[in-house]
Amino acid sequence: MGDWLSNRTLRRVLPWVAIVIAALVLPVVLPPFRLNLLGRFLSLGIVALGIDLIWGFTGLLSLGQGIFFALGGYALGMHLQLNALAPGELPEFFSLYGVKILPAFWQPFSSPVFTLLCIWVLPALVAGVLGYLVFRNRIKGVYFSILTQAALLVFFNFFNGQQKLINGTNGLKTDTARLFGMLVGSDGAQRALFWLTVVLVIGSWFLCRWLTRGRFGDALIAIRDDEPRLRFTGYNPTAYKTVVFAVAGAMAGISGALYTVQSGIVSPQYMAVPFSIEMVIWVAVGGRGTLIGAVLGAVVINYAKSLVSEALPETWLFIQGGLFLLVVTALPDGLVGWWRGGGLGRLLAMVGRSPRAATYPELDLDPAVAAERRQLEGGEA
Amino acid sequence: MDLLYDTLFNGLAIGSVLVLAALGLAVVFGLMGVINMAHGELMMLGAYTTFVVQNLFKDGPLEALFPVYILVAIPVAFVVSGLAGLLLEKTVIRRLYGRPLETLLATWGVSLILQQFVRSVSSAFAIGLVLAVVLGLLIPRLTPPRLWQQRWTPLLGVGSWIGSGAVGIGVASALGGVRVLDQPWFSARNIDVTAPQWLRGSIDLGALNMPTARLFIIALTAIALAAVIWFLQKSVWGVRIRAVTQNRSMSDCLGIPTETVDALTFLVGSGLAGVAGVAVTLLGSVGPNLGGNYIVDCFMVVVLGGVGKLVGTVVAALGIGVLSYIVGSGSLLLVWPAMPPALNELVTFFATTSMAKVLVFALIVVFLQFRPAGLFPQKGRFVEA
Amino acid sequence: MAATPTPLLELRGISVSFDGFWALNDLNLSLAPGELRAVIGPNGAGKTTFLDVITGKVRPTKGEVLFQGRSLVGIAEHRIARLGIGRKFQTPRVYQNLTPRRNLELAVSRRNGPLALLFGRLDSTARDRVQHLLEVVGLELLAHQRAGGLSHGQKQWLEIAMLVAQDPQLLLVDEPVAGLTDEETERTADLLRQLSGEHTVLVIEHDMEFIRDLRAPVTVLHEGHVLCQGSMDEVQNDPRVIEVYLGSETEGEFN
Repeated sequence: MGDWLSNRTLRRVLPWVAIVIAALVLPVVLPPFRLNLLGRFLSLGIVALGIDLIWGFTGLLSLGQGIFFALGGYALGMHLQLNALAPGELPEFFSLYGVKILPAFWQPFSSPVFTLLCIWVLPALVAGVLGYLVFRNRIKGVYFSILTQAALLVFFNFFNGQQKLINGTNGLKTDTARLFGMLVGSDGAQRALFWLTVVLVIGSWFLCRWLTRGRFGDALIAIRDDEPRLRFTGYNPTAYKTVVFAVAGAMAGISGALYTVQSGIVSPQYMAVPFSIEMVIWVAVGGRGTLIGAVLGAVVINYAKSLVSEALPETWLFIQGGLFLLVVTALPDGLVGWWRGGGLGRLLAMVGRSPRAATYPELDLDPAVAAERRQLEGGEA
Repeated sequence: MDLLYDTLFNGLAIGSVLVLAALGLAVVFGLMGVINMAHGELMMLGAYTTFVVQNLFKDGPLEALFPVYILVAIPVAFVVSGLAGLLLEKTVIRRLYGRPLETLLATWGVSLILQQFVRSVSSAFAIGLVLAVVLGLLIPRLTPPRLWQQRWTPLLGVGSWIGSGAVGIGVASALGGVRVLDQPWFSARNIDVTAPQWLRGSIDLGALNMPTARLFIIALTAIALAAVIWFLQKSVWGVRIRAVTQNRSMSDCLGIPTETVDALTFLVGSGLAGVAGVAVTLLGSVGPNLGGNYIVDCFMVVVLGGVGKLVGTVVAALGIGVLSYIVGSGSLLLVWPAMPPALNELVTFFATTSMAKVLVFALIVVFLQFRPAGLFPQKGRFVEA
Repeated sequence: MAATPTPLLELRGISVSFDGFWALNDLNLSLAPGELRAVIGPNGAGKTTFLDVITGKVRPTKGEVLFQGRSLVGIAEHRIARLGIGRKFQTPRVYQNLTPRRNLELAVSRRNGPLALLFGRLDSTARDRVQHLLEVVGLELLAHQRAGGLSHGQKQWLEIAMLVAQDPQLLLVDEPVAGLTDEETERTADLLRQLSGEHTVLVIEHDMEFIRDLRAPVTVLHEGHVLCQGSMDEVQNDPRVIEVYLGSETEGEFN
């Protein structure tokens, strides 16, 4: 039984088997409320994949992905608001602030095609422009992180303060609107959205895999590990960072739109500072640099959060804070990284289940040799 | 003209709080390259300390000294926040040396814990917490050392902490049955600190009306700044801190205890956050979320000011403070009532505190296009390109 | 020095000031195409800063850098690299988390934009080149392991291979044999001599045996400017050089 633990391929495949089984079984077993929750958390997996792309692979820790997430959500939310109206009518909230004419930037969102494009193109554009302005000045590391956080706060302030433009704090409700003839809040629509989410998560995963597998991915890793060196080899890191940041922004937008229709509202809270940092911790817990880890982290942590918050709301912040500390200090590769690195085998070895020796026992048990082997095995992670 | 002075005075007061808040952050960042996300929560600890000190002086034997409680609160807050910072450095930040992004995340985790801590701390909670920590520390000493040399020792270590945590939680919930012990110390609501009488008035200079509380904050900032400059320039440890800031490995070779320098700097930086917390209580009620309101502004000060020079921090903080106040209060409209309608509309659009932040951030991003390393950058071969 | 019609690289009166400290002071130097040149100098002579100026990492306070008659001042590093100037760093800097093969594939690539890397493929000549270089530096068997796990000497060689893969006209090599064994040092000298002629090579090194092996003209830097130039023997016997290296101390690295 110890043998399968030392098999690397098997260790890589096993999480997948678990996921496929879960994907097939859960929709049948779960009641609609839980399934809807699962769908929401899965859609968060897409923004997590984007973070993995920029942080895990390129080394850019963005604390502002909420901007792009919310932009995608707002784009769809505005369309759904307009969708529910008869010609000439205004969304209800406008009357509260005495607005008589639809603001100009709302107009194009009555077109479904424009909206579907806007959901990912708009966040990508904003991310690209912001990213370019920061990257071209070689601002990186913690500077980049705190600038993205400041940008997030700025967007939050803007959306929160502008009642007359986008209903401020209250946000936009989507439940009562119709999408393709179905009430968005209905069980049928939600089930369809769940499957759409599954498809898009898988699509995003393939996109990220394609981006990271080839030489483009190599360049990203090179930027993360030694950016000046890459520059002296004739590459312009600014271009790469801008592209990858824009891609992550687009993914955040899609994620935000899916999350919006499954939770029934988009509000400035999606741009709250803590939420964007939480996104990073999903990736950290799942395992940065492992794409599947980002999705798993998003789903598992959010599920845990909803369970804990239902039972003991006061303890969640303690648990979350502890999780930040624990992952960063004890599990730097996250759960998936730990699993792939043979963590379970090492754990079992502690309680006396010795792993099968790959070489001579005394070599195998030598911690220095073991460390070196792990380092070498980490090769094409 | 009076209006101009008024605006400048208020902007200066806001900027002073920012100087005080960002000073500690900047010193720590300059030395260790560490952004402490829990800095705002250390401010909050300072504010809550002020609240506690105030309650001690409110009635009882110390009542006569109530007018000066705030002067007592300042050193106490410095020590409380400083010790909290020291604990943070010793337990978390030291382990993450050279990994600034991970440090960022870990300190954020600490900030969450601190926020929830002041919300839910009660006597029962505190007793349980202390019990758990003491148990966790004592178990390895009270059990046979043989147990701690096995290959399953790591599991035992984790298990003993989980066990002592469980005991702590159990005791806390048992004690929670007693009403007196279950009462939260602060609760999740905001707390109000009553300023002594002499800080509630104002001084009139011609038409200029200067609230004493704001004057006090400006003076406090000036004194704190002078003290920090004196400490860094003249004291032995200050010289060591500056040496490590400039070249850590060389300082190490010269026998400067860099670990002690790190710890000391963190203590001083966190203590300054505590002093800033005292100042904040004079501006209004404070709550567990206090940190969040200041931390991003402090980050902007660090980005704008550049690393390693205090003058950058001071200029950036005052600049951001004054600019935010001018834009946010819409003072421009009062100074120039006859401005063109289009401009008027624009000024009004940004004339709230939160919209002012939008504009100030945009200006900072524009500024960084010309001076990416901030106002007062470091130069030299060792600056990473 | 023999007058050459058009130098490949020319530095005219370069000065660099870091907050009032002059790291380079009126430095003049020119390299003929195909030349192999060694640069030596005591610590703090400005050797690395001088490479930083050529490759665009540091902007000179005064003076002009001309590459094939074209000024390099103010051009971004990656553009200078694309013009045909490659650099090997003092401490080996390879991409630790990529395999040696992938390290080389990044270096060999002619088209360096994101889209080219996403949609383009390496052509067969480039792939052959990578394979050939792996063989030259003896890393074929390790081609699929993490470069971070290589030994110091292997990393040095991998970085030199990356530099060659880039196929620049001018190779700037900073301390290529630091930490190498005697045999590896000899092989490195051979390799660099082979490269000169087709390429122009500038080597900075402390190891005097190695410099002698290069059999190339030597430039001595001191306090940010050129102290003297000439063959190894001339330089070694120059009283000024002896003074700079030995100074008032009785021991020095120059022997």
